[in-house]
Amino acid sequence: MEPILRVENLVKRYAKRNFVGAPKEFLALDSVSFTLSAGTTLAIAGESGSGKSTLASCIACLEPPTSGNLWFEGNNLATATENDLCKIRPQIQLIFPDPASSLNPRWTILDIIAEPLVVQGKLSRNERMTRAFSLLERVGLSAEIAQRPAAELSGGQRQRLAIARALTLEPKILVLDEALSALDCSVQAQIANLLLELQSSLGMTFLFITHDLTMAAHMADEIAVMSHGKIVEHGPSAKILKTPASEATRQLLAAVPQLSPAPYPAAQR
Amino acid sequence: MMRFLLRRLSHALLLVFGVSILAFLFTTLAPGNYFDEMRLNPQIAPETLAALRAQYQLDRPLPLRYASWLNSVLRGQMGFSFAYNSPVAPLLLVRAKNTVLLTITATFLAWIIALPLGVWSAERLGRFPDRVISGSTAVLLVIPDLALALGLLVFAVRTGWFPTGGMASVDFASLSPLQKIRDLAIHMMLPVAALVLSALPLLVRHVRAAVAEVLHAPFLLAAEGHGIPRGTLLVRYVLPAAANPLLSLFGFSIGALLSGSLLIEVVMSWPGLGPFLLEAILARDIYIVIGGVLFSTIFLAAGNFLADMLLYWLDPRIRTESASR
Amino acid sequence: MASVLEIQNLQVSYRSREIRSRPVLSGVSFDLMPGEILGVLGESGSGKSTLAASVLRLLPPNGYIGGGAVLFEGKNLLQAGYQELRQTRGGRIALIFQEPSLALHPTLRVGEQVRRVLAAHQSSSKKKLAGLTRGIFSRLFTDDADRIARSYPHQLSGGQRQRALIAQAIACNPAVVIADEPTAALDPVTQAEILGIFRSLREDLGLAMIFITHSPALLSGFADRILILYAGQVVEWGPANSVLQSPRHPYTKALFESLPPAPADSGKNRKHMLPVIPGSSSPSSLPRKGCAFEPRCPLKMDVCREFEPPLVKLGETHIVSCFKYQQ
Repeated sequence: MEPILRVENLVKRYAKRNFVGAPKEFLALDSVSFTLSAGTTLAIAGESGSGKSTLASCIACLEPPTSGNLWFEGNNLATATENDLCKIRPQIQLIFPDPASSLNPRWTILDIIAEPLVVQGKLSRNERMTRAFSLLERVGLSAEIAQRPAAELSGGQRQRLAIARALTLEPKILVLDEALSALDCSVQAQIANLLLELQSSLGMTFLFITHDLTMAAHMADEIAVMSHGKIVEHGPSAKILKTPASEATRQLLAAVPQLSPAPYPAAQR
Repeated sequence: MMRFLLRRLSHALLLVFGVSILAFLFTTLAPGNYFDEMRLNPQIAPETLAALRAQYQLDRPLPLRYASWLNSVLRGQMGFSFAYNSPVAPLLLVRAKNTVLLTITATFLAWIIALPLGVWSAERLGRFPDRVISGSTAVLLVIPDLALALGLLVFAVRTGWFPTGGMASVDFASLSPLQKIRDLAIHMMLPVAALVLSALPLLVRHVRAAVAEVLHAPFLLAAEGHGIPRGTLLVRYVLPAAANPLLSLFGFSIGALLSGSLLIEVVMSWPGLGPFLLEAILARDIYIVIGGVLFSTIFLAAGNFLADMLLYWLDPRIRTESASR
Repeated sequence: MASVLEIQNLQVSYRSREIRSRPVLSGVSFDLMPGEILGVLGESGSGKSTLAASVLRLLPPNGYIGGGAVLFEGKNLLQAGYQELRQTRGGRIALIFQEPSLALHPTLRVGEQVRRVLAAHQSSSKKKLAGLTRGIFSRLFTDDADRIARSYPHQLSGGQRQRALIAQAIACNPAVVIADEPTAALDPVTQAEILGIFRSLREDLGLAMIFITHSPALLSGFADRILILYAGQVVEWGPANSVLQSPRHPYTKALFESLPPAPADSGKNRKHMLPVIPGSSSPSSLPRKGCAFEPRCPLKMDVCREFEPPLVKLGETHIVSCFKYQQ
């Protein structure tokens, strides 16, 4: 499979000034490299503070990296001009843990989905509406609620709406930053299914950023484990989970809560 | 601490400096000057006028005049008044003292009343007492300061309970120190009442909003869940948490009360900066105007500086923020 | 053994502008044994947070308790006066709220916040209170307890804040601790640490605990008994092993099946569709009568639409609210 995104030696430093003395530097990303194949899912797992969210915002072009290269379709996002970034950003969409704060609660659901299209200004009003309704259906929201304000949605519906809005611009990569973590278990399963279905039908590429190894194992083809700004282990999901090589991975695995130590007894289902 | 303090202080100084330039520009660029009226007088020769203008340096270019004015500020004179034929600073100081007395008393009183009223109202959000307070502050809010002051004056004249002007009785000099204070207090009552009433609605509403927000904060519910007594909860938990917006409002309220005070002084003939400035503006006695503006700015900046210091002292988050910046 | 806390037929509703009264808990009953960890499992809308708040009568202004009883140490807390209630809050029953970043006062040092809880329940000298505070902090923080006690919440990590909240809760040696999603905002490693603390506290102090969560996996190996809430009703209640290994209620079954397989479980194929519960439990989609789960239930019968399901006892302690199990 050809790589759609190639990250090379990505470094992100934050200045962190203290009370006295010279400003200290905080290394959020320490020479991170990986490639992402088109149509697959790479999970980035790690504890809080390991740098996974910084990585997400660098890849989504929300923050410029301090150094390193971000190759996406022949463009280096790390050195691209703001003008170029405006053209690239629609192709890499970011989904947040709980989109409540990124959705204007008074707008109707239809307006929220159609907004990116209005901004782009390529389609007529009718075309926009057709597209918005087909996206609603695509993510499993009924057309009846299209005119309701976003404030009335439940957590799962909000996440569906956020996905629909991200899809309006036909992105190639979805960066899912803890997109399932804030949801109830039964809703998590619904959204996970939706994402898997979108991937197989549209051939989308996912960067699945999470601290939940169980979900990472379920969703991803490959897993990269981060710790202190570095990728300490990267490989096919099955291998990482079966024979973890690094201490950070073992710690994460040990902390995963499990419904039952043994596989769930099938007879009692 | 020192860095935060110094930074805020330098901001304040910068503000005062900037305002002085603007005040200087605007007053000198305004059409006309002090001697324009004399020019219409045929008995004064144009040569005399030119000499006068030269004496007061009105014929020199603006930057030079500003420089010489700055110089006189540093010497504690703040320029020269044409009308009083004396340095501005001592003239200004006498009046400023009266204005400051009025403003500080009014600020203090307004807050003493607004704080408990706002807290009380917030605790009963949407219930009858809260509605009464919200209603009456709304009514107060729409009455212009001027109408309020005039209404109070009418009230004083009708009842004869309060003096209607000035800040001392005729026989002030012969009174004992205690009687002097009493006399001053009686004279202050009307202007202070007008100021407090004009500032109160805004303060009460802000206190109410700030406290109401904190009252529903999770940490307050948590503290209540830990059995913290209600009194402690209000004083030691709610007020410190609501302090941030309230202290900013405190700085602002000083400014609002000062500008309100200038108006009220004119209406109630309080011998402060208000009537003095008005007279100077009408006569184009520019250095007094500039001095008055400058003084108000300093007072305002000092008030905001005080609010910043209190905030720094009360809110640890600001301390960390300012340290990491 | 006598229970330490007993909830009987608790009814709680919220008033809102559109709807005069919306029931959130309808007839919840259970008891808590001394030293027991009771896991309350429910998703959003199940009323689990309302349950935590109503035991100590800390409901928001638009919430009211329509009926029932909360029996604790021989008294009904729903009828207690303010002073009695205040003494119980934090003194005998302590609450740990979710979101440690929001449940701590932002401008007070965490040590001071613990000291004030102590001071609210005992009139000791300043020195003694300071000593007690230090003792509590050194129990929860192995190193630099003093530095953390002197810190403000924003200077601490999520895990440290959560420990500070626990410090407040255990300050007065309560008999019962109610923890509402105490680990939801933490990453798995910190989460495992906090669960370890709860376990050791139960052993050391013998306190009973109601642990409220939306994540079934957290309760495995942690809770003694599990109560499943759905739309404000207890649908299943029983010993943890029994409920987790052989869930009986259709909702519990479907919920557990919708979980992705454990990461170590390498035999499972990945990236497959998970079996989901169709529909949602939002208030607008709940039926007006009959079983609340009926619209989403794969095993529904005609009777479910008409009548409320009975509580059926399966064995000694396992209770399920479903017509399927009625004899």
